[in-house]
Amino acid sequence: MSKQRKAVALISGGLDSLLAAKVMLEQGVHVEGINFFTGFCVEGHTHAIRKKDKAKPKRNNALWSAEQLGIKLHIIDVIEEYKDVLLNPKHGYGQNMNPCLDCKGFMVKKAVEWIKENDFDFIITGEVIGQRPMSQRKETMPIVQRESGAGDLLLRPLCAKNLPETLPEREGWVDREKLLDFSGRTRKPQMALAEQYGFKEYASPAGGCCFLTDKNYSDKLVDMWQHRSSRDYELDDIMMLKVGRHIRPNDNFKMIVGREQGENKFMEGYRKIYPYIHCSSHKGPLVLLDGELNDSDVELAARIAARFGQGRDADEVEMSVTYPDGKNTVLKVKPMPADEISEAWYV
Amino acid sequence: MKHTLDAKRLLCPMPVIRTQDRIKSLSPGDVLEVVCTDPGALNDVPAWCRINGHKVLDTKTVDDEVFIMIEVRDDGEQA
Ligand code: SF4
Repeated sequence: MSKQRKAVALISGGLDSLLAAKVMLEQGVHVEGINFFTGFCVEGHTHAIRKKDKAKPKRNNALWSAEQLGIKLHIIDVIEEYKDVLLNPKHGYGQNMNPCLDCKGFMVKKAVEWIKENDFDFIITGEVIGQRPMSQRKETMPIVQRESGAGDLLLRPLCAKNLPETLPEREGWVDREKLLDFSGRTRKPQMALAEQYGFKEYASPAGGCCFLTDKNYSDKLVDMWQHRSSRDYELDDIMMLKVGRHIRPNDNFKMIVGREQGENKFMEGYRKIYPYIHCSSHKGPLVLLDGELNDSDVELAARIAARFGQGRDADEVEMSVTYPDGKNTVLKVKPMPADEISEAWYV
Repeated sequence: MKHTLDAKRLLCPMPVIRTQDRIKSLSPGDVLEVVCTDPGALNDVPAWCRINGHKVLDTKTVDDEVFIMIEVRDDGEQA
């Protein structure tokens, strides 16, 4: 009997990568999954932060996919390396701050390294020609292959019949006849195949696999970059963009206002990094301050923060301001009237 | 041997990644207790263990902290 070949599948948590891996398993290939955590992935943690989502089951879709397939999953932290992909994408951004084509190339390149280290034979992805306007077009397929260094070790089982033969096909490790010929934006063939394999409750993210395809998120990211001397970022920075209302009353600082208990709780973890305000005379949210603030900025922030607490209609409230070094002051302020809070301040 | 992994304040999937990377350096039979604050870890860490062949001995939540006790098994992480 010929040697069982081993493929690593890029598992995003979406339906296409699930199906691509399944198609390979059906051909008797040994498949393991690999999933990259860039820091921007849409995953369970935002549900964990926001309490209102607590009723929904929290699950990591990549883990869920692997479990459906009965394969191992390796999750790889690429936060640091990903910075260069996001900050300097050779092929630019998509509709928002999503550098999809560079991102694909980067992930496949990481997979190439992985198969070398782990003695696997080839790589599969759930890409489909024409599925996504930027990164999954007929012209981009060879770009990913070339720039990742994967060459013909990269097989896309869902649209392989529309692409030139790859090494696994030529060598007979997989049967090209049993691969698929999906193309275009339609999801119908995927849904039919999911049905055939009995996959239910699979995730179907509308935009893409990460927050960078989200307009609100991208706006906050761009605002952060515009107001800092460098575009570099840490994981904490990009996490904070997922939480709270972001209000920028002045160029030199931004306020992050917790929207409900889950967010307040999460933000408490950042009190040693950012100065924060909370109302000591009434109930109210936790407010983190990001930037360099002078005394009048702090007072302005305190008045705005007071607007979001239960003392919003009081003549005066006490706002406690605490700095990361533990220094604390209490300000007595009048909450800012709603009509004085400019719409333009909301990031 | 019993080991502890502090994954507090990390959001999923970071606790899973830390668990996975830590288990790579442990031997079959070792026990790892993972402590997290993201309740999502209560689903994700056991899911990762099931997939990769390790055994979850116990999970509990005390005061917003999640404790997951894992026995490292042989067939995990060979790839
Ligand atoms: S949506 Fe995000 S993770 Fe997916 S390819 Fe685009 S940039 Fe990469």
